[in-house]
Amino acid sequence: MALINLSKREIHCKIVYYGPGRCGKTTNLLYIYNAMNSRARSKMLTIETKGDRTLFFDLLPLNLGKINGFDVRIQLYTVPGQTTYKATRKLVLKGVDGLVFVADYLKVRHEKNIESLQDLHRNLLEHNLTLEEIPIILQFNKYDLVSTPIPTLTKEELETNLNRELKTKIFEAAATKGTGVFETLKEISKRTIHYVATKHLLTGH
Amino acid sequence: MADLVLTTSVLEETKTQIENTLIKAGVNTVLLIDEAGNVVTVCGDKTCNLDTTSLAALAAANFGATSQIAKLIGEDDFLLLFHKGKKDSIHFARINTDLILVTIFGDNVSLGLLRLRVAQLVKTIEKAFGHK
Repeated sequence: MALINLSKREIHCKIVYYGPGRCGKTTNLLYIYNAMNSRARSKMLTIETKGDRTLFFDLLPLNLGKINGFDVRIQLYTVPGQTTYKATRKLVLKGVDGLVFVADYLKVRHEKNIESLQDLHRNLLEHNLTLEEIPIILQFNKYDLVSTPIPTLTKEELETNLNRELKTKIFEAAATKGTGVFETLKEISKRTIHYVATKHLLTGH
Repeated sequence: MADLVLTTSVLEETKTQIENTLIKAGVNTVLLIDEAGNVVTVCGDKTCNLDTTSLAALAAANFGATSQIAKLIGEDDFLLLFHKGKKDSIHFARINTDLILVTIFGDNVSLGLLRLRVAQLVKTIEKAFGHK
């Protein structure tokens, strides 16, 4: 649910990073937070459980500058990936305008990737949304592990499992090092703003 | 959940109503937010040190989480939430299905008066935003 403030000429959009537990959603946000100029980003809000797992969500507000005289403000959210936090994920998806599905290159996460995408489908349906209407892109994270002895999936396997129906753009990433993080953010921001603007601002509102 | 497009007239009218009903009654800060956690408007004198973005996101999430408690006791949702602090307290009221009114006030304002004023304001804002 985008918020368009015609009085202050601001557009607020919500982008959610979704994916299985420990795939690197929070790492994406942390890298963006550390790399961005403090004028372009606000404080990052994170509520964590013991250890490094997300309990509720992380939130990173960004200012993306002006488009057509409108200040574009984006709020990046992550969801808790663990299966048990289904209700929280549904809650965070409320009012979503764009999605990044972060998949894990690790072979042991094969099932979890698929489960998480199915969970996303179900949770969106409960908000009367489908993946066909909301902008979504895929990020295959931990790409840097492919060259190590750790067993990983191939890009083709991930594509077959996750992008067969979505047919969307894919970015390979190593979020801890920042590879692919901004490419992902740029693409999803572009698509989300286009999606929101086409609905309202370009239709004479 | 439809997108929210705010016009200047609706926003100005809402701000005036918040000022007259709550700020003049001694309330520190009032935030009007939507259910996705976006800030619609902020009123009050003590807003410069307040992280309104985080507050809005957490308030919306808080409402969502407690609605699960409501369901457990056979309610669809709670209409208001209240957290009491040592000095300052916070009151959340739902306005229809899309908006939440967040009020932060000190111990100089009685909860009874606040609830009365919030109830009046909720009706006014519903009208301004065209809810039936």
